[in-house]
Amino acid sequence: MSTVEVPAPGRMLDLLSGFVHQLRAAGLPVSMTENLDAMRALEYVSLADRASFKTALAATLVKHADHEKVFNILFDVYFALQPFNFDDDEEEGVDGRGGGVPVPGMPGGGAGGEVSQEELAAMLMRAVLDPDALRRFAAAAVTRHAGMEPGRPVGGTYYLYRTLRALDLDSLLDRLMEQLVAEQGPFADELAERLAREELAARIQRLREEVEAEIRRRLVVDRGPEAMARSLRAKLPEDVEFMHASREEMVALQRAIGPLARALAARLAMRRRRHHRGQLDFRSTVRHSLAYGGVPADPRFRRPHPTKPEIMVIADISGSVASFARFTLQLVHALASQFSRVRSFVFIDGIDEVTRFFEGNADIGDAVKRINTEADVVWVDGHSDYGHAFEVFHQKWGNEVTPKTSVIILGDARNNYHASQSWVLAELRKRARHLYWIDPEPSAYWNTGDSVISDYAKYCDGVYECRNLRQLERFVEALTSSEL
Amino acid sequence: MAERFESVDAVQEALRRVDYLADQSTAGVVFLADRLEKPVLVEGPAGVGKTELAKAIAATTGSRLIRLQCYEGLDESKALYEWNYKKQLLRIQADREHERDWETVESDIFSEAFLLTRPLLEAIRADEPVVLLIDEVDRVEIETEALLLEVLSDFQVSVPELGTMTAVRRPIVVLTSNNTRELSEALKRRCLFLHLDYPDAEREQEIVRVRVPGIDATLADQIARVVRSIRALDLKKAPSISETIDWARTLLHLGVEKVTPDVVGGTLHVLLKYQRDIERANKELKVAEA
Repeated sequence: MSTVEVPAPGRMLDLLSGFVHQLRAAGLPVSMTENLDAMRALEYVSLADRASFKTALAATLVKHADHEKVFNILFDVYFALQPFNFDDDEEEGVDGRGGGVPVPGMPGGGAGGEVSQEELAAMLMRAVLDPDALRRFAAAAVTRHAGMEPGRPVGGTYYLYRTLRALDLDSLLDRLMEQLVAEQGPFADELAERLAREELAARIQRLREEVEAEIRRRLVVDRGPEAMARSLRAKLPEDVEFMHASREEMVALQRAIGPLARALAARLAMRRRRHHRGQLDFRSTVRHSLAYGGVPADPRFRRPHPTKPEIMVIADISGSVASFARFTLQLVHALASQFSRVRSFVFIDGIDEVTRFFEGNADIGDAVKRINTEADVVWVDGHSDYGHAFEVFHQKWGNEVTPKTSVIILGDARNNYHASQSWVLAELRKRARHLYWIDPEPSAYWNTGDSVISDYAKYCDGVYECRNLRQLERFVEALTSSEL
Repeated sequence: MAERFESVDAVQEALRRVDYLADQSTAGVVFLADRLEKPVLVEGPAGVGKTELAKAIAATTGSRLIRLQCYEGLDESKALYEWNYKKQLLRIQADREHERDWETVESDIFSEAFLLTRPLLEAIRADEPVVLLIDEVDRVEIETEALLLEVLSDFQVSVPELGTMTAVRRPIVVLTSNNTRELSEALKRRCLFLHLDYPDAEREQEIVRVRVPGIDATLADQIARVVRSIRALDLKKAPSISETIDWARTLLHLGVEKVTPDVVGGTLHVLLKYQRDIERANKELKVAEA
């Protein structure tokens, strides 16, 4: 059923180079060689075989698992399947007068063209076993509910929202579960129920993706691949900005951070092990030179002092920067073995130490939950007050900052026009080994509105912009290897 | 050069004969590797069948599998070749009486008879069909990766004393990586890329049925679904395919006919290897701990 138009060879090359261009624009490093490889690979696959065609491009052009999602979206845009545009007369049928939409289980209209929820459920149960049926069903749903009009300047998300609202997938799961119970009797145990629920959820997810893909296909027909690719310009997880991440992007970030921390830890440990040369040990060198008649042929080096920094993280966890703080804390604690000690403090307008939540083999998710519920971070009104938080930090923990400690402050320095109390940072800097500030806002916004970062910056050893995972990773890596 | 596979479907079919269920993209990449004569870099979590893939290709094409296990500190003498130093010494000593000139001795001791081939060179010099598996390439230092580049792009090894040796038959090369670090661009550019992930429940059920003969289809299906459910949890180490197979074998030996909470609770340690993960799964799946 997956028919794909086989373009003429010249047109194919155009399409491919446009495609590669868009991949590069999305941040995928596609080299010249890889481009040529892709062309060579296409000699061996039939263009009509869509799956092989896609595999050939993916294997030659995409060299990173995280880039696959972006590739998949752009592939769908550039080498679109023909969208399921029903013939004209059927289109009318969908408008409400009971035409014969050739979709099994999808009665063409009946009473006003609405699919009843029961029909939808029954349809879905059947459709998911058969990918083609699922696609037809998604196509029919888009035709019916999205209200797409050619040339209308709205994004795909709008159509998606309309379609999904009409299908009401959120409550569909519960209804399907009820139906299952009605048909088979109650579940034997909670495990069986859980498994059944997950199975259905997976099917619904597939439908959701199919609807999304169908909308995309129709928009491509309407607007052409270049325009579509530009408007989609999906971001790689490591480029998503912490402060503007959507819920879905958050999930992706959450998934990305674990492997990232592991990889970073492995890299740092490796570097520490290999970095075994210290300063020249003069005495030892001279002593060994005696064996060579006084020629220092065998230079001796001191074993380097293991310089694992001690870290204190002070993080603003008020609304706007909460997710940034969470990711940073998570990353720092995942790398705990790279530091001699990690202590964490969180604040909004009050401040509290949260190191205990991360201790032992505690789960990072639990730790974050406990920070949100148990940490005592609100003093007056729950709006960020850096000044007060710093003052309290200085009173309570100031003495524990030693020349071995690197202090890292996380926040956007949006102080809600409170006093900045920047003298605390001046004090801290005198005591600490280093004092760094990392800010999730783009540097262009610094010192605008109530941001007072420059007040603090003068006392810091460095202020760094950390808008996304990529920048955060770079900062942490530089921190552990004392390269800042 | 004779192609090993007719088509993508033929790859799938051939791998299936040796009990390796490849999905469409895996088969597609293997097919292209054969046609384009390029190495395949297989990346993915531990235990999804990366190494198995290389073994399966070797088995189904009747090739010899040459394996280079990577580790930190791997160097030329372990990966490419080494001169048999002791033998060379013996030779020089034996030659003393004959008073031969140095040139003769040198060309003598730097000949193939004194060369110890290591996996990469061995794969290049083999006369018979060969599959070269470079396992866990992410474990070597980034500098050592450079050792591989000549082999991967030109299928040749340069030995200064002997000259350049080129492959008689280009082997199929499979590199695996657990992604503990980013591989260099240079390496990635020379390879086709295949990302293997945990299979979906349907495919895993098939894998279980193929690898555990005698297992009942419904039981295999239940097993696959429980494993999917467990993988969705936030775990330190998600169960791999081989652990799923182990679990299926365990259940088969125990004579289990149906997966119930008690059964899962009692055998969870086959799937999960960390106490924290087991506790979490117990809590989430509401199964009774043994």
